[in-house]
Amino acid sequence: MHNNKIDAALRGHHSGSRRALLKSLGAAGLVTAASGLALPAHVLAQLSDESTTANQAGGKPKHGGRIRVATTSMSTKDTLDPAKASLSTDYVRIYMFYSGLTQFNRELGADPALAETIETEDQQNWHFTLRSGVTFHNGKSLTPQDVVYSLLRHKDPAVTSRAAPIAAQFQEVVVTGPNTLRITLNAPNADLPVMLASANFCIVADGTTDFTQTANGTGPYQQKEFSAGVRTIGVRNPNFWKPGKPYLDEVELVGIADESSRVNALLSGDIQMALAVNPRSTKRVKRSGTCDVLQTESSLYTNLIMRQDGYPTSNPDFVLAVKYMMNRELIKRALFRGYATIANDHPVAPSHKYFNHELPQRPYDIDRAKFHLKKAGMSGIRVPVFASPAAEGSVDMAALLQLSGIEAGMHFGINRVPSDGYWSNHWMKHPLGFGNINPRVSLDELFSLFYKSDAPWNESGWQNAQFDELLIAARGEGDEIKRKQMYWDMQELIADKCGVSIPVFMNLIDGYDKRVKGFYPIPTGGLMGYSFAEHVWLDA
Amino acid sequence: MKVIFQLILKRIGLSLITLFIVSAVVFFIANLLPGDAAQEMLGQSATPEAVAALRDAYGLNDPPLTRYAKWLGGLVTGDAGTSLANSRPVSELISSRLSQSLLLAGLTAVIAVPFAMVLGIVAAMHSGRRIDKIMNIATLTMVAVPEFLLATIFVLVFAVELNWLPSLSYIPSDAGLYDYFRAFALPVATLCIVLSAQMARMTRAAVLEQLSQPYVEMALLKGSPLSRAVLRHALPNAVGPIVNAVALSLSYLLGGVVIVEVIFNYPGVASLMVDAVTNRDMPLLQACAMLFCTGYLILVLIADLAAILANPKLRTGG
Repeated sequence: MHNNKIDAALRGHHSGSRRALLKSLGAAGLVTAASGLALPAHVLAQLSDESTTANQAGGKPKHGGRIRVATTSMSTKDTLDPAKASLSTDYVRIYMFYSGLTQFNRELGADPALAETIETEDQQNWHFTLRSGVTFHNGKSLTPQDVVYSLLRHKDPAVTSRAAPIAAQFQEVVVTGPNTLRITLNAPNADLPVMLASANFCIVADGTTDFTQTANGTGPYQQKEFSAGVRTIGVRNPNFWKPGKPYLDEVELVGIADESSRVNALLSGDIQMALAVNPRSTKRVKRSGTCDVLQTESSLYTNLIMRQDGYPTSNPDFVLAVKYMMNRELIKRALFRGYATIANDHPVAPSHKYFNHELPQRPYDIDRAKFHLKKAGMSGIRVPVFASPAAEGSVDMAALLQLSGIEAGMHFGINRVPSDGYWSNHWMKHPLGFGNINPRVSLDELFSLFYKSDAPWNESGWQNAQFDELLIAARGEGDEIKRKQMYWDMQELIADKCGVSIPVFMNLIDGYDKRVKGFYPIPTGGLMGYSFAEHVWLDA
Repeated sequence: MKVIFQLILKRIGLSLITLFIVSAVVFFIANLLPGDAAQEMLGQSATPEAVAALRDAYGLNDPPLTRYAKWLGGLVTGDAGTSLANSRPVSELISSRLSQSLLLAGLTAVIAVPFAMVLGIVAAMHSGRRIDKIMNIATLTMVAVPEFLLATIFVLVFAVELNWLPSLSYIPSDAGLYDYFRAFALPVATLCIVLSAQMARMTRAAVLEQLSQPYVEMALLKGSPLSRAVLRHALPNAVGPIVNAVALSLSYLLGGVVIVEVIFNYPGVASLMVDAVTNRDMPLLQACAMLFCTGYLILVLIADLAAILANPKLRTGG
């Protein structure tokens, strides 16, 4: 498993994780071997999580200390229920108090966590053996029944789980022995281990229904204080199942919605880590000398939606024309100050192991846009486009699109609508509007949620039978090469035919106090895919 | 004294009617907001089935009048309902935040009110002279400067550059007096400046108006020093408008300080209400609105009483 992962990371020529890996290897004094890409796989495999992080940061992890960390939001909606977790603050809190069967690593694979081994032959029946000796914070031992309960509760509508659409794939979750269980899916899905690593699928104790006051998990920190909309404090769990971890005595989590307040708090030493620093603030943070920023190449994107059931967006030539009008370089430079990765109108980021790097990059080409507009008979038309601060960067993207539109001989009228209520009142409701999609590691999950013909959030209402067939086939494909080819074909279909245009992927920027060590990007989200609490230590 | 009690009773009765009207207005305006708690809870990932299930669980499918009656009935019996966003009692959520808000408001009032009075009276006594002009410019500037700018400048100077004070108003669980001082220094300073500027201007205007009256001239002609004429003769008559200005400013401290709460990450009631709006958490939103309205009515009542007590003409009911 290790070999595959690292191999995948090294193979992608544009791969961000390859760069990240090389950096860490360089720090480890292995740069010559690695740059020749001749490093034997077993040497790489030996670089465990511990040693890479230690070497990268130039020190051995230390125990002790407390840090305060700020995410971007905090409200009375804050939750201790993994099933309800929906925002960055929730994810961080859940990963503090709970563990999942698997967890994400920096190459976007899933490492076994509470599960010691995961076996499957047909990608449909999955056998899990649980790690032994794991206890919940209240002293109870982890049993397969806890896992069964944790996974099946997502199917209960009363739980209002955010992961309910994914959990719908669980046909059966049963205990098969004192330390083993089996998950049977409706249909094969090779991505199950990756999906189980999400915060929503963290394991709770059997029978827990009340999550309003206390979190009883198996995670690296135990709850000391939880006050929704105010703060969360976790203290080190001495019985954590990873020996030696975590390193900090105490982690306090707050949400600071205002970006400049967050950066000021970091610079004045009131917090030690800050999620989501605006590209504009990076200079200030770097100049301080005491703090720095960490960039994570993610697959977060804001996309233009062209509804396939609306006018004029149902016309394939109009869609292509608009895709050629996207000035991706300018969007990257002007909107995100370079903290972005050019995208190719499909939702797979270059850092992903299934990224199709042979698909030619769609250029900014006004002549071709003109050609397609003319072919569609739409030169000179006026079309309204809906943008909102809720979809990050969409208002500015719409403005740039408007400029390109004038050059190509058409007019976009920008309707700027407020963030409040955007997702329920505007998203997917206009022929031309914007969406904003969070990173998802499993391409199957991403495609099933947003691109399949009957997907719940098929943003553009795109119907493509060939795509659907490929998606289903890839789930059951055990052969890595064939599976990859299928995902490559699906990316090409989306880029050429789907009614969404994805100009760039936004890089995530975190600010941190330089005394915080062991901090590296995990591309599922900021702050090490929200799981920093388990990994970082304080060198003070 | 009897007159005053009658007045209080009458005012309380009127306040109850006002509150009833406000409750109806708040309820129906809040229901005009696009989207509901079920949609906000599920956010971008709302599927029609999930929304329907959650609406059912929240009782959002009842007609508005039924929901209003239920809510009002609960409120009268002291039950403000359960928050839709985190299923805890609204009263519990508010009480923890209200104490924080009152602490911030109290500290600010204790400093800002005397400060503003002194400023206003001094300016009025030296009306037209240099000290008055300087104060005029200063207070006008402070009234015009938005508080978020002031707060941000304070943070940049005192927290980021000088590193004297924390940028977040955060009180650790084992806080001593010094921790409290550090945590409150910047937010209280910001609010004091914004509030005192307004109150000082009102005080100055009220005192000046009295100073132009014949009775003050008479007192001065009889040889009373200016300070005595101002403090003993003019001020009691100026109390009415001054207390009114103070009451208005203080009511702002309860619900209007959301920007200061956001910048310093201070957990007060104002940000609780903003949360309620974004989450479409109607029971919480309505409870906050009623709370602010009640606070406002109490303050205005106190202001009126103070004005009456300070003025012998009104006091005797003449």
